Amino acid sequence: MSSIELAKRVRINCLRMVHAGGSSHIGSALSCVDILAVLYGKIMSYKAENPDWEDRDRFILSKGHAGVAVYAVLAEVGFFSKSELINHYRDGSIFSGHVSHKGIPGVEFSTGSLGHGLPVSVGMALASKLDRRSNKVFVLLGDGELMEGANWEAALLSAHHKLDNLVLIIDRNNLQSIDTTENTVALESIRNKFEAFNWAVMEADGHCHDSLAKIFTTCSTGRPLVVIAHTIKGKGVSFMENNVAWHYKSPNDEQLKQALKELDR
Amino acid sequence: MRDSVVSALIERAGQDPTVVLLTGDLGYGVFEEFAEEYPLQFFNVGIGEQNMIGVAAGLALSGKKVIVYSIGNFPTLRCLEQIRNDVCYHDLNVIIISQGGGFNYGGLGMTHHATEDLSIMRAVPGIKVVAPSSKASAEVALIQLLDAGGAGYLRIEKTAIKQWPDKVYSLGKANTIGEGDDIAIFAIGGVVTEAIEAREMLIREHGVSCRVIDVYTLKPIDQEEIARSAGEVRGIITVEENNLLGGLYGAVAELLCEKNISIPVVGVGLRDSYSSVVGSQKYLRSYYGLDSTNICNAALKLLERY
Repeated sequence: MSSIELAKRVRINCLRMVHAGGSSHIGSALSCVDILAVLYGKIMSYKAENPDWEDRDRFILSKGHAGVAVYAVLAEVGFFSKSELINHYRDGSIFSGHVSHKGIPGVEFSTGSLGHGLPVSVGMALASKLDRRSNKVFVLLGDGELMEGANWEAALLSAHHKLDNLVLIIDRNNLQSIDTTENTVALESIRNKFEAFNWAVMEADGHCHDSLAKIFTTCSTGRPLVVIAHTIKGKGVSFMENNVAWHYKSPNDEQLKQALKELDR
Repeated sequence: MRDSVVSALIERAGQDPTVVLLTGDLGYGVFEEFAEEYPLQFFNVGIGEQNMIGVAAGLALSGKKVIVYSIGNFPTLRCLEQIRNDVCYHDLNVIIISQGGGFNYGGLGMTHHATEDLSIMRAVPGIKVVAPSSKASAEVALIQLLDAGGAGYLRIEKTAIKQWPDKVYSLGKANTIGEGDDIAIFAIGGVVTEAIEAREMLIREHGVSCRVIDVYTLKPIDQEEIARSAGEVRGIITVEENNLLGGLYGAVAELLCEKNISIPVVGVGLRDSYSSVVGSQKYLRSYYGLDSTNICNAALKLLERY
């Protein structure tokens, strides 16, 4: 399956899941689907039938509220049955709104409170260095999440230890939960900030699979790499795109129908 | 206590290359030997406790057994959510050591008084909470926590009781020091010394028969010993250098309720307050009524009343 086809299927799954579960954050999930599809479809080494394979690349979703996208991509690439996805957010389900690893093969780490993923990824990257493993650790943060201070503690430490096996991807869709990041607490220039922290910095269209794939295979010898992925919140569904309301809203029957129609084009 | 913990750590790191020690820029003059002997197993991760616990979780997820070291409230309260979400929810092998329990850093002021850590750590699911009272028990505590696997919190301090040679410490087991059927004093951490002194005062000056129970493990607490003692004495005193809410007093009271055991229990500890007064540990114990005289008086009052 191509990464483009994978992304399409993941988007459809995400929509069906939030519709069935009545859950939030579809905009955040659609924003990062292409990044996930490129990682799981083209870049990362893993064995769906052996999720604990030691030398696998790791992916951590730090913006845990986009959990449906992780569940969907893992199901699509074979970690577990797709039929389980529809239980998301329902009473008794293990497929929580924020990503959880318990009982779900392939989920490396549970998140939901922001600012946790990067420090944990630093620990994983450090362990790989100690054990001389050549795998990579990919961690995806929301742009607003950069306001959490722990990220900057981790940014300092990873540059200090020259963790060039660590790739931080920032889902730069410019929107956080109420307003734009720049109207809330201005983040720009993100590039300059990371350069000042001694990271290698690259930027990409976060929906262009070729550019993402090219960047993810870049070797940043001696420095951790941050990829600022320019994205659109709600990408793929016209009425959800760049609309902060879809941080919260769940599509009704009519909206689901319309969204699926758009994705099928 | 710290030196014996570090010796145990050095020995274990030599035997087990998966043991990794992280410090949050504390332990000057403490970890040099470890760092020299095992440079690939030692990281000073700098001043940033939230990151330190996250990094510990990441290392543990990759198969390491991680020891995290800092002082006072820094490795607990500052990064509580990382302990809860990253370490405990993921059932990881991370042992957190905090040097300076209670008023150990009394002179440094309120920020450095670790007086709620026992209650707060106890309330986090999936972590064992141990506060040894002696050098020897601190040393075995670390090894026992490592061997048990999973998350552990080890509160150590500079004051310690002299080692009781006939006592064997094991996780989840309390140790009874001396016999006595009037009063049982349950104490935890370095303040066990005060409980032992109080016992001697009660026997010598008041003819009160008293036993001291060095609780050692606050969680999982030794239910059997609490229930047994409660059935054999007239009253219980709990002693902790910690807020009374949710700590040892809470743990004992909860257990007695759960088992439907009716007995008077008096808690000696901090009464939901901070200290803006500074002083040595000895001074502050006395100031807040945690010293032997106050424990002794609490026991006498309890016996008078019931």
